Amino acid sequence: MSLISAENLEVRHGATRAVFGVSMAIEPKEIVTIVGPNGSGKSTLLRALIGAVHPAAGTITRAPKLRVGYVPQKLQIDPTLPLTVRRFLNLPKRVSSAVARAALARTGVEALEGRQLSGLSGGQLQRVLLARAILNDPQLLVLDEATQGLDQPASADFYRLIETLRDELGCAVLMVSHELHVVMSATDRVICMNGHICCEGTPAVVTAAPAYRDLFGTGTGGALALYRHRHDHDHGACNDPDHRHTHDHEEPATV
Amino acid sequence: MTLLDDFMVRALLAGVGTAVACGALGCFVVWRRMAYFGDATAHAAILGVALALMFSVSIPVGVLAVALAMGFLIGAVSGQTIAPDSMLGVLSHSALALGLVAVSLMPSARIDLDAYLFGDILVVSRMDLLVIWGGAILVCGVLAWRWQALLAEILSTDLAHAAGLSPRLDRVILSVLIATVVAVSIKVVGALLITSMLIIPAAAARLIARGPEAMAAYATAIGAVAAIAGLHGARAFGTPAGPSVICAAAGLFCVSFVVGRLRGS
Repeated sequence: MSLISAENLEVRHGATRAVFGVSMAIEPKEIVTIVGPNGSGKSTLLRALIGAVHPAAGTITRAPKLRVGYVPQKLQIDPTLPLTVRRFLNLPKRVSSAVARAALARTGVEALEGRQLSGLSGGQLQRVLLARAILNDPQLLVLDEATQGLDQPASADFYRLIETLRDELGCAVLMVSHELHVVMSATDRVICMNGHICCEGTPAVVTAAPAYRDLFGTGTGGALALYRHRHDHDHGACNDPDHRHTHDHEEPATV
Repeated sequence: MTLLDDFMVRALLAGVGTAVACGALGCFVVWRRMAYFGDATAHAAILGVALALMFSVSIPVGVLAVALAMGFLIGAVSGQTIAPDSMLGVLSHSALALGLVAVSLMPSARIDLDAYLFGDILVVSRMDLLVIWGGAILVCGVLAWRWQALLAEILSTDLAHAAGLSPRLDRVILSVLIATVVAVSIKVVGALLITSMLIIPAAAARLIARGPEAMAAYATAIGAVAAIAGLHGARAFGTPAGPSVICAAAGLFCVSFVVGRLRGS
């Protein structure tokens, strides 16, 4: 049985239809990526699925007692709110120290436990958000543009981490991304959106589909090839010592 | 209850009660950037005083009703073509002006305007104490109940939705609590400075706190010390209660600023 499914979903922002005629389902343990140009309703669809916006029409069906882990696009980190990483993991439900540490270790940021949230880098924060999302051992992990502000190697690392988590936790993953070239390699199924679903299927099928090429052009196909090339080779292939130095600093996993 | 016969004891209890009501809630006003919202609600209080006298209801009830109405009015008109801070400015100052005009139309013997603008400690009755402490306990109780949800909602409303919370309901709860604080604080601090009693202790606490709970506790303590020091000062120098308390709070903010800097370096 599907974890979550939508039938003929329509979501409106005032008079405009942000999402319409969307039917989709997420099966256990699959990684599904929603891609689409800006304003194509990808985030709106995600927010409807987690219950943050109410659909104007259509139905959303969730598996009974579905556990969802949600990674928001960004956090409203106000420096006026003092909050350590550990205390953040207690929101909105308190968890034991053992559970919190295990989650931080899984996402490679256990050293950040006592740090203030407002002092973290973008990459560190994303991993902390991911740690928070896996606290309840989710069946479905939902990520909204989770790698915004990360550079390409950092994004690629992040998506690899998602894949690892899927394998270890056995959860399905639903994410929204505009970095299709980075995300494609780590996904089982792609849903290409522009208000409605233009096309869907495996990354290879979607990138070859005319509807996808209409939206993104053929240039992204080249970027995908480039990315695959880089993905096949290890990051160690980069021998410029200065570059590696900065790279290590930006990489949260090495903290 | 001979202790309560001393007006200064009653005044101090009222001051500390106000600090307790304002401490933790003030943190949310700071975190959620609701200072202008607080101002508008507090300024509406004068209109509440005038209406209460006009319709012969008790003053806290009149103030609470008008403050609540203001809170919901702000909720109804926000998100329109005028920027929220401008809209709050329009409402805040209009409410204050309307209140002052309404009061001036009352027979002059019936109202001591200064007392409601700047606070008055000389006439704190047992009933006032009951209202202030009842309000303080209510505010703190509700905040404790909604604490986790309110914190999560500051960080991300989507995250809160995903966790099954309802940020909209909690926004309403916060507005109601702020209206409650306005109604109970007007006696000690006066309508003009209620927002500062919410903001200054919380801001001072931010400089030395590392967690939200610690910040709320520090804010309450700083507010209480400011109330006690300010009320003693007001009595000694014959100065108005509200401004005296806020001056003390501002002094504590400076101390906290220095302590925070020294610790940080």
